[in-house]
Amino acid sequence: MNLWADPVNLAARWMAGLLDGWGTPAWLSTLLIQLVGVVLLVSVMMVVDILLVWVERKVVARFQDRLGPNRLGPFGIIQPFADIIKLLIKEDITPHGADRVIYNLAPILSLMSVLLLWAIVPLAPVIFGVDLNVGALYIIATGAIGTLAIIMAGWASNNKYALIGAFRQVAVLVSFEVPMIATMLIPTILAGSMGMNAIIQAQDVWYVVLAPLAAIIFMIAAIAELGRSPFDLNEAESEIVAGFHIEYTGMKFGLFYAGELLHAFTFGGFWAILFFGGYRLFGLEQLGPLVAAVILLGKALFGYWIIMWVRYTMMRVRIDRMLAFSWKFLTPLAFALLLATALVNTLLRDASALIHAGGMLLTNVVAGAIVVQILRRFGNRERARIRPSARSVPAGQ
Amino acid sequence: MNGTQLVFLGVGAVILISALLVVTTRNLIHAALWLIVTLFGVAILYALLNAGFLAVVQVVIYIGAIAILFIFAVMLTRKELRDRGPQLNPAWWLSAIVAALTFGGLVWMLQGWSGLTRSAGEIPPGFDAVGALGNALIAPNAFVLPFEVASVLLLAALIGAVYVAFTRK
Repeated sequence: MNLWADPVNLAARWMAGLLDGWGTPAWLSTLLIQLVGVVLLVSVMMVVDILLVWVERKVVARFQDRLGPNRLGPFGIIQPFADIIKLLIKEDITPHGADRVIYNLAPILSLMSVLLLWAIVPLAPVIFGVDLNVGALYIIATGAIGTLAIIMAGWASNNKYALIGAFRQVAVLVSFEVPMIATMLIPTILAGSMGMNAIIQAQDVWYVVLAPLAAIIFMIAAIAELGRSPFDLNEAESEIVAGFHIEYTGMKFGLFYAGELLHAFTFGGFWAILFFGGYRLFGLEQLGPLVAAVILLGKALFGYWIIMWVRYTMMRVRIDRMLAFSWKFLTPLAFALLLATALVNTLLRDASALIHAGGMLLTNVVAGAIVVQILRRFGNRERARIRPSARSVPAGQ
Repeated sequence: MNGTQLVFLGVGAVILISALLVVTTRNLIHAALWLIVTLFGVAILYALLNAGFLAVVQVVIYIGAIAILFIFAVMLTRKELRDRGPQLNPAWWLSAIVAALTFGGLVWMLQGWSGLTRSAGEIPPGFDAVGALGNALIAPNAFVLPFEVASVLLLAALIGAVYVAFTRK
Protein backbone atom coordinates (compact mmCIF):
# COMPACT_ATOMS: atom_id res chain seq x y z
CA MET A 1 0.00 0.00 0.00
CA ASN A 2 1.45 3.34 -0.96
CA LEU A 3 0.57 6.93 -0.33
CA TRP A 4 -0.99 7.46 -3.76
CA ALA A 5 -3.31 4.43 -3.68
CA ASP A 6 -4.81 4.91 -0.23
CA PRO A 7 -3.64 8.07 1.54
CA VAL A 8 -6.26 8.27 4.28
CA ASN A 9 -6.01 4.70 5.55
CA LEU A 10 -2.23 4.87 5.33
CA ALA A 11 -2.22 8.00 7.51
CA ALA A 12 -4.61 6.33 9.96
CA ARG A 13 -2.40 3.27 10.17
CA TRP A 14 0.71 5.42 10.65
CA MET A 15 -1.00 7.28 13.46
CA ALA A 16 -2.14 4.02 15.06
CA GLY A 17 1.45 2.77 15.00
CA LEU A 18 2.67 6.02 16.52
CA LEU A 19 0.09 5.93 19.33
CA ASP A 20 0.85 2.27 19.91
CA GLY A 21 4.49 3.15 20.37
CA TRP A 22 3.52 5.67 23.06
CA GLY A 23 1.62 2.96 24.91
CA THR A 24 -1.92 4.26 24.25
CA PRO A 25 -4.62 1.63 24.77
CA ALA A 26 -6.23 0.39 21.54
CA TRP A 27 -9.71 1.84 22.13
CA LEU A 28 -8.28 5.27 22.93
CA SER A 29 -6.12 5.35 19.83
CA THR A 30 -9.11 4.30 17.66
CA LEU A 31 -11.15 7.08 19.22
CA LEU A 32 -8.37 9.63 18.69
CA ILE A 33 -7.84 8.62 15.07
CA GLN A 34 -11.55 8.85 14.31
CA LEU A 35 -11.71 12.22 16.06
CA VAL A 36 -8.83 13.49 13.92
CA GLY A 37 -10.63 12.19 10.83
CA VAL A 38 -13.87 13.98 11.75
CA VAL A 39 -12.08 17.25 12.54
CA LEU A 40 -10.14 17.03 9.27
CA LEU A 41 -13.27 16.38 7.18
CA VAL A 42 -15.22 19.18 8.85
CA SER A 43 -12.31 21.60 8.47
CA VAL A 44 -11.89 20.80 4.78
CA MET A 45 -15.61 21.30 4.20
CA MET A 46 -15.60 24.61 6.06
CA VAL A 47 -12.68 25.83 3.93
CA VAL A 48 -14.56 24.73 0.80
CA ASP A 49 -17.54 26.63 2.24
CA ILE A 50 -15.50 29.85 2.41
CA LEU A 51 -14.62 29.46 -1.26
CA LEU A 52 -18.28 28.75 -2.08
CA VAL A 53 -19.16 32.25 -0.87
CA TRP A 54 -16.83 33.60 -3.54
CA VAL A 55 -18.17 31.19 -6.18
CA GLU A 56 -21.75 32.15 -5.40
CA ARG A 57 -21.06 35.87 -5.56
CA LYS A 58 -19.07 35.57 -8.77
CA VAL A 59 -21.70 33.43 -10.49
CA VAL A 60 -24.65 35.58 -9.45
CA ALA A 61 -22.73 38.57 -10.72
CA ARG A 62 -22.31 36.99 -14.14
CA PHE A 63 -26.00 36.06 -14.25
CA GLN A 64 -26.91 39.66 -13.45
CA ASP A 65 -24.38 41.10 -15.90
CA ARG A 66 -22.08 42.44 -13.19
CA LEU A 67 -18.43 41.76 -12.31
CA GLY A 68 -18.86 40.64 -8.70
CA PRO A 69 -16.09 40.94 -6.11
CA ASN A 70 -12.90 41.98 -7.93
CA ARG A 71 -10.90 44.18 -5.55
CA LEU A 72 -9.24 41.85 -3.04
CA GLY A 73 -6.72 39.44 -4.49
CA PRO A 74 -6.86 37.90 -7.96
CA PHE A 75 -10.50 37.76 -9.14
CA GLY A 76 -11.56 38.96 -5.69
CA ILE A 77 -10.82 35.60 -4.11
CA ILE A 78 -9.84 37.18 -0.77
CA GLN A 79 -13.29 38.83 -0.52
CA PRO A 80 -14.95 36.07 1.57
CA PHE A 81 -12.27 36.43 4.25
CA ALA A 82 -13.09 40.12 4.51
CA ASP A 83 -16.76 39.12 4.76
CA ILE A 84 -15.95 36.75 7.62
CA ILE A 85 -14.00 39.40 9.51
CA LYS A 86 -16.94 41.77 9.07
CA LEU A 87 -19.38 39.16 10.37
CA LEU A 88 -17.17 38.35 13.35
CA ILE A 89 -16.79 41.93 14.55
CA LYS A 90 -20.46 42.84 14.15
CA GLU A 91 -22.57 43.40 17.23
CA ASP A 92 -24.19 40.23 18.51
CA ILE A 93 -27.82 41.06 19.27
CA THR A 94 -30.33 38.87 21.08
CA PRO A 95 -33.82 40.28 20.67
CA HIS A 96 -35.97 41.10 23.67
CA GLY A 97 -38.11 38.14 24.67
CA ALA A 98 -36.07 35.61 22.72
CA ASP A 99 -35.71 32.12 24.07
CA ARG A 100 -31.98 32.45 24.65
CA VAL A 101 -30.79 28.83 24.63
CA ILE A 102 -32.89 27.73 21.65
CA TYR A 103 -32.10 30.96 19.82
CA ASN A 104 -28.36 30.28 20.09
CA LEU A 105 -28.66 26.56 19.41
CA ALA A 106 -30.56 26.95 16.12
CA PRO A 107 -27.71 28.23 13.87
CA ILE A 108 -25.36 25.57 15.23
CA LEU A 109 -27.89 22.81 14.50
CA SER A 110 -28.50 24.27 11.05
CA LEU A 111 -24.84 24.07 10.04
CA MET A 112 -24.44 20.74 11.82
CA SER A 113 -27.23 19.13 9.80
CA VAL A 114 -25.28 19.97 6.64
CA LEU A 115 -21.90 18.83 7.93
CA LEU A 116 -23.46 15.54 9.08
CA LEU A 117 -24.29 14.79 5.45
CA TRP A 118 -20.59 14.67 4.56
CA ALA A 119 -20.14 11.67 6.86
CA ILE A 120 -21.58 9.41 4.14
CA VAL A 121 -20.18 11.11 1.03
CA PRO A 122 -17.64 8.80 -0.60
CA LEU A 123 -15.03 11.19 -2.03
CA ALA A 124 -13.22 8.18 -3.51
CA PRO A 125 -13.56 4.38 -3.25
CA VAL A 126 -11.30 4.47 -0.18
CA ILE A 127 -11.97 7.97 1.20
CA PHE A 128 -15.27 8.15 3.05
CA GLY A 129 -16.44 8.81 6.59
CA VAL A 130 -18.65 5.78 6.93
CA ASP A 131 -20.20 3.55 4.27
CA LEU A 132 -23.66 3.45 5.81
CA ASN A 133 -25.93 0.80 4.30
CA VAL A 134 -28.93 3.10 4.82
CA GLY A 135 -27.34 6.11 3.16
CA ALA A 136 -30.43 7.35 1.32
CA LEU A 137 -32.50 7.38 4.51
CA TYR A 138 -29.66 9.09 6.36
CA ILE A 139 -29.95 12.05 3.96
CA ILE A 140 -33.63 12.43 4.90
CA ALA A 141 -32.84 12.06 8.61
CA THR A 142 -30.31 14.88 8.58
CA GLY A 143 -32.84 16.95 6.63
CA ALA A 144 -35.19 16.48 9.60
CA ILE A 145 -32.56 18.01 11.89
CA GLY A 146 -32.25 20.96 9.49
CA THR A 147 -36.03 21.45 9.61
CA LEU A 148 -35.88 21.40 13.37
CA ALA A 149 -33.19 24.09 13.37
CA ILE A 150 -35.40 26.34 11.23
CA ILE A 151 -38.42 25.86 13.53
CA MET A 152 -36.25 26.59 16.54
CA ALA A 153 -34.85 29.75 14.94
CA GLY A 154 -38.28 30.96 13.87
CA TRP A 155 -39.90 30.34 17.21
CA ALA A 156 -37.10 31.47 19.53
CA SER A 157 -36.62 34.81 17.74
CA ASN A 158 -39.91 36.13 19.15
CA ASN A 159 -40.70 37.74 15.82
CA LYS A 160 -43.80 37.20 13.70
CA TYR A 161 -41.95 37.29 10.39
CA ALA A 162 -39.48 34.72 11.66
CA LEU A 163 -42.32 32.45 12.72
CA ILE A 164 -44.12 32.82 9.38
CA GLY A 165 -40.89 32.01 7.57
CA ALA A 166 -40.36 28.93 9.72
CA PHE A 167 -43.94 27.75 9.11
CA ARG A 168 -43.53 28.11 5.37
CA GLN A 169 -40.21 26.33 5.31
CA VAL A 170 -41.58 23.40 7.29
CA ALA A 171 -44.64 23.10 5.02
CA VAL A 172 -42.32 23.02 2.02
CA LEU A 173 -39.91 20.54 3.56
CA VAL A 174 -42.61 18.15 4.66
CA SER A 175 -44.23 18.16 1.20
CA PHE A 176 -41.09 17.90 -0.92
CA GLU A 177 -39.60 15.19 1.27
CA VAL A 178 -42.11 12.73 -0.21
CA PRO A 179 -41.06 12.97 -3.90
CA MET A 180 -37.45 13.17 -2.74
CA ILE A 181 -37.65 9.86 -0.90
CA ALA A 182 -39.46 8.27 -3.84
CA THR A 183 -36.80 9.41 -6.33
CA MET A 184 -33.98 8.37 -4.04
CA LEU A 185 -35.46 4.88 -4.01
CA ILE A 186 -35.00 4.63 -7.78
CA PRO A 187 -31.15 4.54 -7.67
CA THR A 188 -31.56 2.24 -4.67
CA ILE A 189 -33.61 -0.20 -6.76
CA LEU A 190 -31.24 0.02 -9.71
CA ALA A 191 -28.14 -0.53 -7.57
CA GLY A 192 -29.72 -2.95 -5.10
CA SER A 193 -28.29 -1.01 -2.17
CA MET A 194 -28.84 2.20 -0.21
CA GLY A 195 -25.12 2.66 0.46
CA MET A 196 -23.60 5.57 -1.45
CA ASN A 197 -20.44 3.68 -2.38
CA ALA A 198 -22.44 0.71 -3.69
CA ILE A 199 -24.68 3.01 -5.74
CA ILE A 200 -21.61 4.59 -7.35
CA GLN A 201 -19.97 1.23 -8.00
CA ALA A 202 -23.14 -0.03 -9.71
CA GLN A 203 -23.27 2.89 -12.14
CA ASP A 204 -21.60 1.43 -15.20
CA VAL A 205 -24.25 3.44 -17.01
CA TRP A 206 -25.00 6.69 -15.22
CA TYR A 207 -28.43 6.61 -13.68
CA VAL A 208 -29.29 9.91 -15.33
CA VAL A 209 -29.59 7.82 -18.51
CA LEU A 210 -31.65 5.10 -16.84
CA ALA A 211 -33.83 7.46 -14.80
CA PRO A 212 -33.72 10.99 -16.25
CA LEU A 213 -37.07 12.03 -14.80
CA ALA A 214 -36.04 10.87 -11.35
CA ALA A 215 -32.89 12.98 -11.62
CA ILE A 216 -34.93 16.06 -12.50
CA ILE A 217 -37.48 15.45 -9.72
CA PHE A 218 -34.67 14.93 -7.21
CA MET A 219 -33.11 18.24 -8.24
CA ILE A 220 -36.42 20.11 -7.89
CA ALA A 221 -37.08 18.55 -4.48
CA ALA A 222 -33.51 19.35 -3.43
CA ILE A 223 -33.90 23.01 -4.39
CA ALA A 224 -37.16 23.12 -2.41
CA GLU A 225 -35.49 21.51 0.57
CA LEU A 226 -32.67 24.05 0.37
CA GLY A 227 -35.20 26.87 0.41
CA ARG A 228 -33.58 28.57 -2.56
CA SER A 229 -35.33 30.50 -5.26
CA PRO A 230 -37.86 29.76 -6.80
CA PHE A 231 -38.81 28.09 -3.53
CA ASP A 232 -37.32 30.71 -1.18
CA LEU A 233 -40.58 31.39 0.64
CA ASN A 234 -38.90 30.97 3.98
CA GLU A 235 -36.99 34.21 3.54
CA ALA A 236 -39.06 35.95 0.85
CA GLU A 237 -37.55 39.37 1.39
CA SER A 238 -40.37 41.27 -0.31
CA GLU A 239 -42.98 39.75 2.02
CA ILE A 240 -41.47 38.77 5.36
CA VAL A 241 -38.17 40.72 5.38
CA ALA A 242 -35.74 37.84 5.90
CA GLY A 243 -37.84 35.01 7.24
CA PHE A 244 -36.60 32.70 9.93
CA HIS A 245 -33.17 34.34 10.35
CA ILE A 246 -34.48 37.91 10.53
CA GLU A 247 -33.21 38.50 14.09
CA TYR A 248 -29.81 36.92 13.71
CA THR A 249 -26.75 39.14 13.50
CA GLY A 250 -23.05 38.70 12.93
CA MET A 251 -21.65 35.22 12.84
CA LYS A 252 -24.94 33.59 13.87
CA PHE A 253 -26.42 34.78 10.61
CA GLY A 254 -23.12 33.71 9.05
CA LEU A 255 -23.68 30.15 10.23
CA PHE A 256 -27.11 30.05 8.53
CA TYR A 257 -25.62 31.53 5.38
CA ALA A 258 -22.65 29.16 5.35
CA GLY A 259 -24.99 26.26 6.04
CA GLU A 260 -27.20 27.22 3.10
CA LEU A 261 -24.30 27.46 0.65
CA LEU A 262 -22.72 24.22 1.81
CA HIS A 263 -26.12 22.54 1.73
CA ALA A 264 -26.57 23.52 -1.92
CA PHE A 265 -23.09 22.23 -2.74
CA THR A 266 -23.78 19.03 -0.79
CA PHE A 267 -26.98 18.35 -2.68
CA GLY A 268 -25.06 18.97 -5.89
CA GLY A 269 -22.76 16.23 -4.61
CA PHE A 270 -25.63 13.85 -3.85
CA TRP A 271 -27.13 14.54 -7.25
CA ALA A 272 -23.78 13.54 -8.73
CA ILE A 273 -23.55 10.45 -6.54
CA LEU A 274 -27.08 9.21 -7.18
CA PHE A 275 -27.41 10.02 -10.87
CA PHE A 276 -24.05 11.06 -12.38
CA GLY A 277 -21.73 8.27 -11.30
CA GLY A 278 -20.19 9.98 -8.28
CA TYR A 279 -16.41 9.83 -8.50
CA ARG A 280 -16.50 7.77 -11.71
CA LEU A 281 -15.59 9.44 -14.99
CA PHE A 282 -14.61 7.14 -17.87
CA GLY A 283 -12.12 5.20 -15.74
CA LEU A 284 -10.22 8.34 -14.69
CA GLU A 285 -10.99 7.52 -11.06
CA GLN A 286 -8.63 4.54 -11.23
CA LEU A 287 -5.65 6.92 -11.41
CA GLY A 288 -5.92 7.39 -7.66
CA PRO A 289 -8.27 8.39 -4.86
CA LEU A 290 -7.25 12.05 -5.00
CA VAL A 291 -8.23 12.23 -8.68
CA ALA A 292 -11.54 10.57 -7.79
CA ALA A 293 -12.16 13.13 -5.02
CA VAL A 294 -11.44 15.97 -7.46
CA ILE A 295 -13.91 14.41 -9.95
CA LEU A 296 -16.64 14.16 -7.31
CA LEU A 297 -16.10 17.73 -6.09
CA GLY A 298 -16.14 18.92 -9.70
CA LYS A 299 -19.47 17.18 -10.32
CA ALA A 300 -20.82 18.60 -7.06
CA LEU A 301 -19.78 22.04 -8.26
CA PHE A 302 -21.66 21.41 -11.50
CA GLY A 303 -24.81 20.50 -9.52
CA TYR A 304 -24.28 23.60 -7.40
CA TRP A 305 -24.00 25.67 -10.57
CA ILE A 306 -27.34 24.27 -11.81
CA ILE A 307 -28.93 25.20 -8.48
CA MET A 308 -27.53 28.74 -8.80
CA TRP A 309 -28.65 28.94 -12.42
CA VAL A 310 -32.22 28.09 -11.42
CA ARG A 311 -32.05 30.40 -8.43
CA TYR A 312 -31.04 33.48 -10.37
CA THR A 313 -33.32 32.82 -13.34
CA MET A 314 -36.67 31.87 -11.83
CA MET A 315 -39.10 34.01 -9.89
CA ARG A 316 -40.54 33.00 -6.53
CA VAL A 317 -43.57 30.70 -6.64
CA ARG A 318 -46.65 31.33 -4.51
CA ILE A 319 -46.89 28.91 -1.61
CA ASP A 320 -50.20 27.25 -2.58
CA ARG A 321 -48.99 26.68 -6.16
CA MET A 322 -45.76 25.29 -4.83
CA LEU A 323 -47.43 22.83 -2.45
CA ALA A 324 -49.90 21.83 -5.16
CA PHE A 325 -46.97 21.28 -7.51
CA SER A 326 -45.42 18.91 -5.01
CA TRP A 327 -48.54 17.00 -3.96
CA LYS A 328 -50.49 16.95 -7.22
CA PHE A 329 -47.68 16.63 -9.74
CA LEU A 330 -44.28 15.56 -8.39
CA THR A 331 -45.53 13.01 -5.86
CA PRO A 332 -47.77 11.00 -8.26
CA LEU A 333 -45.12 11.19 -10.97
CA ALA A 334 -42.36 10.05 -8.61
CA PHE A 335 -44.41 7.11 -7.32
CA ALA A 336 -45.46 6.06 -10.84
CA LEU A 337 -41.82 6.16 -11.91
CA LEU A 338 -40.83 4.17 -8.85
CA LEU A 339 -43.35 1.43 -9.69
CA ALA A 340 -42.44 1.37 -13.39
CA THR A 341 -38.71 1.32 -12.63
CA ALA A 342 -39.03 -1.53 -10.16
CA LEU A 343 -41.10 -3.57 -12.61
CA VAL A 344 -39.00 -3.00 -15.73
CA ASN A 345 -35.74 -3.39 -13.84
CA THR A 346 -36.84 -6.82 -12.64
CA LEU A 347 -38.01 -7.83 -16.12
CA LEU A 348 -34.80 -6.71 -17.86
CA ARG A 349 -32.43 -7.90 -15.15
CA ASP A 350 -30.79 -10.53 -17.33
CA ALA A 351 -30.82 -8.53 -20.57
CA SER A 352 -27.68 -6.96 -22.01
CA ALA A 353 -26.63 -3.50 -20.79
CA LEU A 354 -27.78 -1.81 -23.98
CA ILE A 355 -31.30 -3.32 -23.90
CA HIS A 356 -31.51 -2.61 -20.16
CA ALA A 357 -30.58 1.05 -20.64
CA GLY A 358 -32.90 1.43 -23.64
CA GLY A 359 -35.78 -0.24 -21.80
CA MET A 360 -35.34 1.96 -18.75
CA LEU A 361 -35.18 5.09 -20.88
CA LEU A 362 -38.32 4.07 -22.75
CA THR A 363 -40.05 3.30 -19.45
CA ASN A 364 -39.26 6.79 -18.24
CA VAL A 365 -40.63 8.41 -21.36
CA VAL A 366 -43.79 6.29 -21.47
CA ALA A 367 -44.54 6.41 -17.74
CA GLY A 368 -43.85 10.13 -17.62
CA ALA A 369 -46.10 10.83 -20.62
CA ILE A 370 -48.96 8.71 -19.25
CA VAL A 371 -48.83 10.31 -15.80
CA VAL A 372 -48.67 13.82 -17.25
CA GLN A 373 -51.65 13.08 -19.51
CA ILE A 374 -53.74 11.67 -16.66
CA LEU A 375 -52.88 14.59 -14.38
CA ARG A 376 -53.64 17.08 -17.14
CA ARG A 377 -57.07 15.62 -17.87
CA PHE A 378 -57.86 15.41 -14.18
CA GLY A 379 -56.72 18.99 -13.61
CA ASN A 380 -58.74 20.29 -16.55
CA ARG A 381 -61.86 18.51 -15.32
CA GLU A 382 -61.42 19.93 -11.82
CA ARG A 383 -60.91 23.42 -13.21
CA ALA A 384 -64.00 23.10 -15.40
CA ARG A 385 -66.02 21.94 -12.41
CA ILE A 386 -64.94 24.73 -10.09
CA ARG A 387 -65.01 27.52 -12.67
CA PRO A 388 -67.31 26.50 -15.56
CA SER A 389 -66.92 29.90 -17.21
CA ALA A 390 -63.14 29.69 -17.36
CA ARG A 391 -63.17 27.67 -20.56
CA SER A 392 -65.67 29.82 -22.38
CA VAL A 393 -63.50 32.91 -22.06
CA PRO A 394 -61.48 33.24 -25.27
CA ALA A 395 -57.74 33.47 -24.90
CA GLY A 396 -56.23 36.91 -24.71
CA GLN A 397 -59.08 38.61 -22.87
CA MET B 1 -16.73 -1.65 32.07
CA ASN B 2 -16.01 -0.96 28.42
CA GLY B 3 -16.65 2.02 26.17
CA THR B 4 -20.01 0.80 24.89
CA GLN B 5 -21.37 0.44 28.41
CA LEU B 6 -20.18 3.93 29.31
CA VAL B 7 -21.91 5.36 26.24
CA PHE B 8 -25.03 3.38 27.08
CA LEU B 9 -25.13 4.73 30.65
CA GLY B 10 -24.59 8.27 29.44
CA VAL B 11 -27.29 8.03 26.77
CA GLY B 12 -29.66 6.33 29.22
CA ALA B 13 -29.19 9.17 31.70
CA VAL B 14 -29.85 11.75 28.96
CA ILE B 15 -33.01 9.91 27.89
CA LEU B 16 -34.37 9.68 31.43
CA ILE B 17 -33.59 13.26 32.39
CA SER B 18 -35.03 14.71 29.18
CA ALA B 19 -38.10 12.47 29.49
CA LEU B 20 -38.65 13.82 32.98
CA LEU B 21 -38.27 17.37 31.69
CA VAL B 22 -40.87 16.67 28.96
CA VAL B 23 -43.53 16.20 31.63
CA THR B 24 -42.35 18.79 34.14
CA THR B 25 -41.43 21.81 32.03
CA ARG B 26 -43.94 24.67 31.92
CA ASN B 27 -43.45 25.68 28.33
CA LEU B 28 -45.10 23.38 25.80
CA ILE B 29 -42.56 24.10 23.06
CA HIS B 30 -39.74 23.28 25.47
CA ALA B 31 -41.54 20.05 26.30
CA ALA B 32 -41.66 19.16 22.59
CA LEU B 33 -37.95 19.96 22.19
CA TRP B 34 -37.05 17.84 25.22
CA LEU B 35 -39.12 15.06 23.69
CA ILE B 36 -36.90 15.33 20.61
CA VAL B 37 -33.82 14.91 22.82
CA THR B 38 -35.40 11.77 24.29
CA LEU B 39 -36.22 10.34 20.87
CA PHE B 40 -32.73 11.12 19.62
CA GLY B 41 -31.31 9.26 22.61
CA VAL B 42 -33.39 6.22 21.67
CA ALA B 43 -31.97 6.45 18.13
CA ILE B 44 -28.46 6.37 19.62
CA LEU B 45 -29.43 3.24 21.59
CA TYR B 46 -30.50 1.57 18.33
CA ALA B 47 -27.18 2.54 16.77
CA LEU B 48 -25.34 1.01 19.75
CA LEU B 49 -27.21 -2.24 19.12
CA ASN B 50 -25.93 -2.32 15.51
CA ALA B 51 -29.44 -1.54 14.24
CA GLY B 52 -28.47 1.33 11.95
CA PHE B 53 -31.65 1.10 9.90
CA LEU B 54 -33.88 1.47 12.96
CA ALA B 55 -31.75 4.34 14.25
CA VAL B 56 -32.11 6.29 11.01
CA VAL B 57 -35.83 5.49 10.71
CA GLN B 58 -36.30 6.63 14.32
CA VAL B 59 -34.83 10.02 13.42
CA VAL B 60 -36.78 10.30 10.14
CA ILE B 61 -40.18 9.36 11.55
CA TYR B 62 -40.14 10.41 15.19
CA ILE B 63 -38.10 13.60 14.90
CA GLY B 64 -38.71 14.50 11.27
CA ALA B 65 -42.43 13.85 11.24
CA ILE B 66 -44.07 13.26 14.62
CA ALA B 67 -42.15 15.72 16.80
CA ILE B 68 -42.43 18.44 14.17
CA LEU B 69 -46.18 17.78 13.94
CA PHE B 70 -46.34 18.14 17.74
CA ILE B 71 -44.60 21.50 17.54
CA PHE B 72 -46.99 22.56 14.79
CA ALA B 73 -50.06 21.49 16.72
CA VAL B 74 -48.84 23.43 19.76
CA MET B 75 -48.01 26.52 17.74
CA LEU B 76 -51.30 26.50 15.83
CA THR B 77 -53.61 25.80 18.76
CA ARG B 78 -52.13 28.01 21.49
CA LYS B 79 -52.51 31.73 21.29
CA GLU B 80 -49.97 32.36 24.01
CA LEU B 81 -46.86 30.24 23.58
CA ARG B 82 -45.39 31.17 26.97
CA ASP B 83 -47.46 29.03 29.28
CA ARG B 84 -47.87 30.40 32.78
CA GLY B 85 -50.29 27.67 33.78
CA PRO B 86 -49.78 25.01 36.42
CA GLN B 87 -46.64 22.99 35.94
CA LEU B 88 -48.24 19.59 36.26
CA ASN B 89 -51.43 18.00 35.05
CA PRO B 90 -53.87 17.45 37.98
CA ALA B 91 -53.86 13.73 37.18
CA TRP B 92 -50.07 13.48 37.38
CA TRP B 93 -50.16 11.00 40.27
CA LEU B 94 -52.30 8.63 38.19
CA SER B 95 -49.79 8.63 35.32
CA ALA B 96 -46.95 8.24 37.81
CA ILE B 97 -48.62 5.11 39.22
CA VAL B 98 -49.20 3.68 35.74
CA ALA B 99 -45.59 4.40 34.76
CA ALA B 100 -44.27 2.83 37.97
CA LEU B 101 -46.48 -0.25 37.47
CA THR B 102 -45.30 -0.61 33.86
CA PHE B 103 -41.68 -0.30 34.93
CA GLY B 104 -42.20 -2.80 37.75
CA GLY B 105 -43.91 -5.21 35.38
CA LEU B 106 -41.08 -4.97 32.87
CA VAL B 107 -38.48 -5.57 35.59
CA TRP B 108 -40.45 -8.56 36.88
CA MET B 109 -40.86 -9.99 33.38
CA LEU B 110 -37.23 -9.55 32.37
CA GLN B 111 -35.77 -10.87 35.63
CA GLY B 112 -34.96 -14.29 34.30
CA TRP B 113 -33.90 -13.07 30.84
CA SER B 114 -30.25 -13.68 30.05
CA GLY B 115 -30.07 -10.90 27.45
CA LEU B 116 -29.88 -8.20 30.11
CA THR B 117 -26.26 -8.83 30.96
CA ARG B 118 -25.05 -9.43 27.40
CA SER B 119 -23.65 -6.78 25.11
CA ALA B 120 -24.60 -6.49 21.45
CA GLY B 121 -23.18 -9.25 19.30
CA GLU B 122 -20.65 -8.46 16.60
CA ILE B 123 -22.10 -8.38 13.10
CA PRO B 124 -19.78 -10.28 10.74
CA PRO B 125 -18.39 -8.09 7.95
CA GLY B 126 -20.42 -8.31 4.76
CA PHE B 127 -23.62 -9.21 6.59
CA ASP B 128 -26.53 -7.36 4.98
CA ALA B 129 -28.61 -6.37 8.01
CA VAL B 130 -31.05 -4.23 6.01
CA GLY B 131 -31.60 -7.00 3.46
CA ALA B 132 -32.19 -9.53 6.24
CA LEU B 133 -34.72 -7.19 7.87
CA GLY B 134 -36.50 -6.70 4.55
CA ASN B 135 -36.68 -10.43 3.94
CA ALA B 136 -37.95 -11.05 7.46
CA LEU B 137 -40.72 -8.50 6.97
CA ILE B 138 -42.10 -10.28 3.91
CA ALA B 139 -41.25 -13.89 4.71
CA PRO B 140 -44.39 -15.97 5.43
CA ASN B 141 -42.78 -17.78 8.34
CA ALA B 142 -41.50 -14.54 9.89
CA PHE B 143 -43.28 -11.20 10.22
CA VAL B 144 -45.43 -10.85 7.11
CA LEU B 145 -48.71 -10.87 9.06
CA PRO B 146 -47.87 -8.13 11.58
CA PHE B 147 -46.32 -6.13 8.75
CA GLU B 148 -49.45 -6.35 6.61
CA VAL B 149 -51.74 -5.64 9.57
CA ALA B 150 -49.72 -2.53 10.33
CA SER B 151 -49.94 -1.36 6.73
CA VAL B 152 -53.72 -1.93 6.64
CA LEU B 153 -54.00 0.08 9.87
CA LEU B 154 -52.00 2.92 8.35
CA LEU B 155 -54.07 2.79 5.17
CA ALA B 156 -57.26 2.96 7.22
CA ALA B 157 -55.90 5.96 9.11
CA LEU B 158 -55.00 7.61 5.80
CA ILE B 159 -58.47 7.05 4.32
CA GLY B 160 -60.04 8.25 7.56
CA ALA B 161 -57.99 11.45 7.49
CA VAL B 162 -58.95 12.10 3.87
CA TYR B 163 -62.63 11.47 4.71
CA VAL B 164 -62.56 13.84 7.68
CA ALA B 165 -60.78 16.56 5.72
CA PHE B 166 -62.80 16.15 2.53
CA THR B 167 -65.42 18.81 1.94
CA ARG B 168 -68.08 18.08 -0.62
CA LYS B 169 -68.07 20.96 -3.05
